Amino acid sequence: MTDTIAIDVRKAVKRYGDFTALQPISLSIHDNEFFTLLGPSGCGKTTLLRMIAGFEDVTEGEIFLFGDEIKTLPPHKRPVNTVFQNYALFPHLTILQNVMFGVEMQGKPKSEAKARAGEMLELVQLSQFAHRKPSQLSGGQQQRVALARALAPQPKVLLLDEPLSALDLKLRQAMRFELKEIQRETGITFIFVTHDQEEALTMSDRIAVMSAGRLQQLGNAQDIYERPHNMFVADFIGETNLLEVSVDAIQDKRAICHLGGGHELTCDAVDNIGIGSKVHMSLRPERLFLSDDPTESESLAGTIRENIFVGTDIQTLVTLENGPQMTIRTSNSDRGNKRIFEPGTPVYVNMEMGAGRLLVD
Amino acid sequence: MASSKNDVRHYTGFFPITVLCLVILYAPLLVVTIYSLNDSNSITNWEGISFRWYVDVFTGPESDKFKTAAWNSFTIALMASVMATTIATLAATAMVRGGSFRGRGLSLGLISLPLMVPEIVTAVATLIFFSMIDFTRGYLTILVAHTAFCIPFAYLPISARMQGIDDNFEQAAMDLYASKRQAFTKILLPLMAPGIVSGLLLAFIVSLDDFIITNFVKGAGVETLPTAIFGSVKQGIKPNIMAISTMLLGFSIVLVTISFLISKSDNTK
Amino acid sequence: MAAGASSGGSAKSDTYAEARNWLLLPSWIVIGIFVLIPVILMLIYSFLTKEFRGGVIWEFSLAAYDQFFFDRGLFGDSPPVIEWTYINIFWRSIWQAGLATLLSLAIGFPTAYFIATRPEKIRPAWVFLITIPYWVNLLIRTVSMKFLLRDQGPLNDFLLSIGVISDPIHIVNTNFAVQLGLFYSYLPFMVLPIYASVERYNFALSEAAADLYATKWVTLRRVLLPAVKPGVIAGCILVFVPSLGSFLAPDLLGGARNFMIGSLIEEQFKGNAGNWPFGAAASMILLSMVLVILMIFARQQAKANKGDA
Repeated sequence: MTDTIAIDVRKAVKRYGDFTALQPISLSIHDNEFFTLLGPSGCGKTTLLRMIAGFEDVTEGEIFLFGDEIKTLPPHKRPVNTVFQNYALFPHLTILQNVMFGVEMQGKPKSEAKARAGEMLELVQLSQFAHRKPSQLSGGQQQRVALARALAPQPKVLLLDEPLSALDLKLRQAMRFELKEIQRETGITFIFVTHDQEEALTMSDRIAVMSAGRLQQLGNAQDIYERPHNMFVADFIGETNLLEVSVDAIQDKRAICHLGGGHELTCDAVDNIGIGSKVHMSLRPERLFLSDDPTESESLAGTIRENIFVGTDIQTLVTLENGPQMTIRTSNSDRGNKRIFEPGTPVYVNMEMGAGRLLVD
Repeated sequence: MASSKNDVRHYTGFFPITVLCLVILYAPLLVVTIYSLNDSNSITNWEGISFRWYVDVFTGPESDKFKTAAWNSFTIALMASVMATTIATLAATAMVRGGSFRGRGLSLGLISLPLMVPEIVTAVATLIFFSMIDFTRGYLTILVAHTAFCIPFAYLPISARMQGIDDNFEQAAMDLYASKRQAFTKILLPLMAPGIVSGLLLAFIVSLDDFIITNFVKGAGVETLPTAIFGSVKQGIKPNIMAISTMLLGFSIVLVTISFLISKSDNTK
Repeated sequence: MAAGASSGGSAKSDTYAEARNWLLLPSWIVIGIFVLIPVILMLIYSFLTKEFRGGVIWEFSLAAYDQFFFDRGLFGDSPPVIEWTYINIFWRSIWQAGLATLLSLAIGFPTAYFIATRPEKIRPAWVFLITIPYWVNLLIRTVSMKFLLRDQGPLNDFLLSIGVISDPIHIVNTNFAVQLGLFYSYLPFMVLPIYASVERYNFALSEAAADLYATKWVTLRRVLLPAVKPGVIAGCILVFVPSLGSFLAPDLLGGARNFMIGSLIEEQFKGNAGNWPFGAAASMILLSMVLVILMIFARQQAKANKGDA
């Protein structure tokens, strides 16, 4: 990643009639970056991608590509290429012709297009299929052709619209590494759209979490997982316990809170928090553990309700005394040293330092 | 047919009715084909197989009339169907790829107008039109009328086909530096080809088939095959008519079969 | 449509939106000038005065409609009484078209149903088999039908030779021949929409009915038929409407006694006996009937579609 800005989105807005698909959004994507737009369907991520590609008009605001304003350029004049969700490989052309298409349309001679397409097919290891039609290839192979086709004209930025969503799980996981590898090799900025948080967390340099047409949080994988800014991000990324708490006092940048049933908890204070305000606290289940006795750190008394075996973990549901229910995940390793609490057993839920995170909205 | 009487889909008696339906549909065509091979001057008595009436069509006393009529029919059908298909392809592009716009419903109504108005009414209206502008009725008036009423027949398969093509393909082309025009000619048109060909064949057959409108707008002296055959049949069915009919029948079946086979080949998958 | 935009493929593609007027222009011009304007002219002509050797005099007159509905005696000065001649021709046309539609339904429904319950792979071949004759020239088909049904024709020969009948049966020039001809002309229009709706029908509903003790015929009447009703109505309209204004089948198979609207209109424009305003008026009445039927139908379809959603 360099300091050069590849794509600069400034207060871009997209409206369809009365409906606002994208609220004013500003983003700077660096050259060489693997940047992901993550969010549930309808959050505006694909709309933003299509605005960058030129398929959707920009209602308000600007989009710059390496310093040049591009929002008025038609798609075929933008040095940006897209890998489409369903690949959109031209069914009447061979694989080679598909990959040559963009280079030819740039006005380059056929020989050059052919050479370039050959290289790209080499890169995605599909040279032997050059003369087949797209329908004769498997889904994973088609996906790689789509990638080769979009890379062949040497775009300044590559846009990927949920490119892995049509593949089965195993292939999807393999393709993650391959994509990341190709991004590193080519040094092209990738803007990747997905609703799959695992994909986003494993591949991206930075992630923009979006919801309801708004940017919710921008940061690297650890940032958004460990330090979610709001309820939506905490809830959407990974699994969490969201407890309603009210803030009693703030001492030494620690907020002292209590939740239903009189339980007391402290955690790092965040900005703009008022004494007495009702807020939420996020507690990741894997950062909680159970014991017979309270520990020195934070402990909440409760009763085991149920144990659920989920393979890698054991998920335990605990009902706090006069309070809400919580989920605790215990790794399913080193079993000999761990105690499985039977339902009905009174226990204490303990938390690691810094496990709790206050969320303002 | 159905393996089990317990199958809820199976209704006893439906199969025989289907067979009856096919018999009614094919018997007349079969009978005419067989009797066109009759080596007799009468259409009633069977006197063995011969091709004499086929020879008669090309060399007999009426051969010049039918040759001219056939020439008119085929050239009109060819030109009318090509023009109608071109117009329909452009219209379908606007209707299917033009977004939603005011007047879309009106345009669709206008395009399908020739399908909604009974043929005899269109025939009367066209006759009145040409007589009012004092245009001499003949070859040209037939051609124009055929072009107009063939448009919806060409439009239907073409627009159906276009609706089946994901617009991602054109977007991908434009993303890869193709202009709109290039995306149309290099991507959309090749993908549309089967729809366009079946639209063309349909329009061709419809034009070749038409009797009523042609009968009204043809004027004196210009005949197409259907009007020539009709004129001849008014004096009674003659063996040479059966030979012509059989040839035309075979021709239509070949065209429709080609159209069917093309529509089955789907190059978008 | 806003929802579609975020999921990639927009509901309605607008790639060529800015060119759409140019793309539509040729069809507007050709159909507008050669179909729409002529129909409007025809409406005007129906209110003009007739010229005796065909054509019109540009003078407003209600004579055409008056002649259609009223009889004012030989010299036109008797008190008007209702003229039944033309109303009867229209009535007979409706009747004939209606019977032809019923015949098409009686044979077309079982056929369509049978095809729709074949294995998916061979269905297109069946549909093709049913539609081929439709693509054969209508005139040739009608002539072939006449040839087959003649008194000395192959059908009578066959029936006589196997001894089912002792004298040829007269079919040509009867109402039944016209109905058969109309059936033959438009059968695919009945089969295809019914086929389409049976194909979409969920047969689990029939199984549920059978499971709840309904016999097959009760299931047909109370479960299947209501579900495929839109297809049946569409089929009936698509056969009825063109039958109403047809010319060839009544003319060739019906003879002079079985005159229908088509022949009445045709007569007004052929030769010197013609009366153009009267022909235009008869055409307008036919067109109005058809448009009313199509409008009712369109409203019904819209309602049915709403019910589905």
